[in-house]
Amino acid sequence: MTAQLVRGYEVVIGLENHVQLSTQSKIFSGSSTAFGAAPNTQASAVDLALPGTLPVLNRGAVERAIRFGLAVGAKVAPLSIFARKNYFYPDLPKGYQISQYEIPVVQGGSVSFFVNGQKKTVNLTRAHLEEDAGKSLHEDFHGMSGIDLNRAGTPLLEIVSEPELRSAAEACEYAKTLHALVMWLGICDGNMQEGSFRCDVNVSVRKPGEPFGTRREIKNLNSFKFLIQAVNFEVNWQIDRLEDGLSIQQATVLFNPDTGETRAMRSKEDAADYRYFPDPDLPPLMIGADWVERVKAELPELPAVMATRFVQQDGLPEYDAQMMTTSLATARYYEAARSACGQAKLVANWMMGEVSRRLNAEEKDIEQAPVGPVLLAALIQRIQDGTISNNAARQVFDALWAGEGADVDALIEAKGLRQMSDTGELERILDEVLAANAKSVEEFRAGKDKAFNALVGQAMKATKGKANPGLVNEMLRKKLGG
Amino acid sequence: MSKAVHELGVAEGLALLEAGQLSSREWVDALLSREDRLGAFLHRDAVGARAAADAADARRAAGDTAPLLGVPLAHKDIFVTTEHPTTAGSKILEGYRSPFDATVVANLARAGVVSLGKLNCDEFAMGSANENSAYGKAHNPWDTTRVPGGSSGGSAAAVAARLLPAATGTDTGGSIRQPASFCGITGIKPTYGRCSRYGMIAFASSLDQAGPMARSAEDCALLLQAMAGFDERDATSLQQPVPDWRAQMLRQEGSQPLKGLRIGLPDEFFPQQLDADVNAAVRAGLAALQALGAELVPVQLPRTELAIPVYYLIAPAEASSNLSRFDGVRYGARCEDPKDLLDLYQRTRTERFGAEVQRRILIGTYVLSHGYYDAYYLQAQKLRRMIADDFQAAFKGCDLIAGPVAPTVAWSIGAQDDDPVKAYLADIFTLPGSLAGLPGMSVPVGFGANGMLDPVTGKPGGMPVGLQLLGNYFDEGRLLHTAHALQQATDWHRAAPQGV
Amino acid sequence: MALTLDDVARLAKLARLAPSPAQQATLLSQLNGFFEHVEAMRAVDTRGVAPLYTPLSAVQEVQLRLREDAVTEVDQRELNQRSAPSVEDGLYLVPKVIE
Repeated sequence: MTAQLVRGYEVVIGLENHVQLSTQSKIFSGSSTAFGAAPNTQASAVDLALPGTLPVLNRGAVERAIRFGLAVGAKVAPLSIFARKNYFYPDLPKGYQISQYEIPVVQGGSVSFFVNGQKKTVNLTRAHLEEDAGKSLHEDFHGMSGIDLNRAGTPLLEIVSEPELRSAAEACEYAKTLHALVMWLGICDGNMQEGSFRCDVNVSVRKPGEPFGTRREIKNLNSFKFLIQAVNFEVNWQIDRLEDGLSIQQATVLFNPDTGETRAMRSKEDAADYRYFPDPDLPPLMIGADWVERVKAELPELPAVMATRFVQQDGLPEYDAQMMTTSLATARYYEAARSACGQAKLVANWMMGEVSRRLNAEEKDIEQAPVGPVLLAALIQRIQDGTISNNAARQVFDALWAGEGADVDALIEAKGLRQMSDTGELERILDEVLAANAKSVEEFRAGKDKAFNALVGQAMKATKGKANPGLVNEMLRKKLGG
Repeated sequence: MSKAVHELGVAEGLALLEAGQLSSREWVDALLSREDRLGAFLHRDAVGARAAADAADARRAAGDTAPLLGVPLAHKDIFVTTEHPTTAGSKILEGYRSPFDATVVANLARAGVVSLGKLNCDEFAMGSANENSAYGKAHNPWDTTRVPGGSSGGSAAAVAARLLPAATGTDTGGSIRQPASFCGITGIKPTYGRCSRYGMIAFASSLDQAGPMARSAEDCALLLQAMAGFDERDATSLQQPVPDWRAQMLRQEGSQPLKGLRIGLPDEFFPQQLDADVNAAVRAGLAALQALGAELVPVQLPRTELAIPVYYLIAPAEASSNLSRFDGVRYGARCEDPKDLLDLYQRTRTERFGAEVQRRILIGTYVLSHGYYDAYYLQAQKLRRMIADDFQAAFKGCDLIAGPVAPTVAWSIGAQDDDPVKAYLADIFTLPGSLAGLPGMSVPVGFGANGMLDPVTGKPGGMPVGLQLLGNYFDEGRLLHTAHALQQATDWHRAAPQGV
Repeated sequence: MALTLDDVARLAKLARLAPSPAQQATLLSQLNGFFEHVEAMRAVDTRGVAPLYTPLSAVQEVQLRLREDAVTEVDQRELNQRSAPSVEDGLYLVPKVIE
């Protein structure tokens, strides 16, 4: 797609996402991964790197990596190697992080999504397994920091994209799609507040056609809102420097949500030499074809596949189909409503309209929607069979949402929103209207079409809006011999 | 009893315990009554040992038949233990108490042994003379002005001096075989992965192996039996069954127990610069093996000399990473009032690591650093495979490989202070087997340096010489049987140092 | 190619060691002495040879054994922190960490 320019510069973005895998135990020890325990109560001898301890790899972590690899159409490496990334930091007990370097478990693959109606596909470089670090607590212990190693050893899948994103919006949509996918696959709980899904964003800018500029890496963004803010700030910061004739130094930066600014990390100042080498405690990880096949068989229908099905089976536009598969819950809601009323497009419209508008306003997930799929389907049916107008349907929907009732028909009656379908009654009212508006009738007969609309208005008024406008038109013209 | 109690070997003592002619308490008391003049022990726990011995005697009285019930020994201080402090011979672990026992320690405890404490060793097992211990040098019982070898120097000295019937050791580049040779005892380093490394403080993870040190092959078999076995906590631990090595060796006794055994002699293990008397002792041992029916055949290990640089690149590289966890944050020593994080790391590690450890950390850091990895570490790992392949080629023509353990007998304390790096060259015969992960033994075959005057002390020698036997993977049984046959026919392993 | 004092300083920093200038000078000569011994090895042609990262792979395929995903560890904080130099509220204390 054509790159949208910012102040004449092309923005180049690549993401590295750290996804905490939803295993019971840690990647190299039998400690629990549960969040929020008292400090260091879930840090075992292995997690603390006590002398003599050794790592043993968790099968569940590998299985989840395979699941992801299959879902993005990547190569699941039959042989991959764990390596040691050596650096000193208090939240890194061994003085090295066990990660994968030269040969990762997942190689290649791609992710597709829509950015303002336009489809975009981003290639993945790789996804590798590694261990999470602990946490440094910065609230003051008389000038000291406190180290909690409960998180140390939590399994991570680091997913690396190619630098193919061209705007904050694209980066955000990519991250959202990835976030939805890992939850869809059940390999991550997706809880961003608890750090289960973290984004590192590599940002650089260049004049169109020029080689890549020097990138700066924004670390540990844990909300999509911050991601957009941080990237936009960073892009303008970089352009400002270049415009001032200054150069960009490669750096790792942090985003401060309070100031909305990014700043270089002090702890990463000295150019690191991680001295990667294969971990002698861990022989090569071998994944047999039989294992991959087993995981493939257990894989849920993937969002992309499901979206295609919605296009072909239900005749949804591709964009709608994509929107109906942004999460497993959304897809389930859509399918339930669609099969209950058979009105695929109407269901999609309502979900993308009223439903999502209210969910966003109340910051709720679709599972929490007061109006479930069956209820929505019932409402849509009443629009279909002409019982109520669209406007009336919106009123009913409001009532349902507000919990005023759980029965569509009862609410229609209670609010008297049923459209008048009794033609005898309508005949009588129309005759009264014609009699009472002889002047308009004259004008109409004299050829003034505006007068007809006035008569329709009067008729609708007389029926308190319950009449079907189409029907009123038809009958009036008959009576006026038009 | 023909022998004094403190002189009893494991098998001998066990027989008396089973016959009710000796109690574990008597055995332990006899050992504790002997003074440690060699700096062999770092921690000797008389109270704990006596209590454990009484408990063992009670268990035996109650019909418990654990295989090593009541047998006294002590552990190289590289194994973590809950009941005794663990230092790895380093000031950085001063006062450390492990919350768990090493698997090897736990296995031996389950077999019923009584631990007398922890034994001296080179700091983090880095050394060939036990001169790098932060808690003082250990001395050779045959000549206390000489080194006992290393890194399991305390273990070798204690067993040779009859302070213990047996001890645990670890071997990364020869740390069981070389001190066994220098002190005239028997030691075996099994196939890499035979003994769990869990709870063995790591020096070089792809090389470290635990093994027993005792005065006979039979005693080594008894101990290794208990130490070896699969451990789910060590991803490099072998799922290989552990045969009954002692039963095997006893079954095959007789006049020609080694009939049909082909022993390969690599030319590279008998170079010009090999001490004449070491050569003589080794040849005498080989002749004895021949007399028992073994056939000596020539083999080649063309990359023997390359094993030195290969090992001294790989081991420090792994060590530099393994020792990063000693940072003064979670356990062990911490420097006085650090002014910031960097200061905490740097002063703790600089003040608490010894010179040799710091030297090897720097070598390893360099070897792995950006731009040098391929030239050094990767190249070394490729040569390592070539060295391992050389052994497989050699084993096509023989069942075992034999040669000296070291080019010389034990040297004088301080003799190599001037050039620590030069000392690396003395490991030439033990390194190839270590790099390949093969099982190896040291078996006493007499004495060297007789009449020769030591350059430093001017004293006459009379120092033990060990014969090195190397087997193919998982072939510990053949090694132990061969050594046992030799020891049934000869007395070298029975010689004891005097005056200690 | 011989190391320089700058190399020694750089390596020491990476390894979080702080040898004195005198020690650095000694280390420099010892390291250079060591790497002279090593040169012979660099000359050997190893093209097409696979590195031997774990010994047994010389004779058989060695593959990583996996653990089942189950919680097997219990809270042993008190025991684990018995030898800790500085602890408060169960946290290990270190000089301020500046990100």
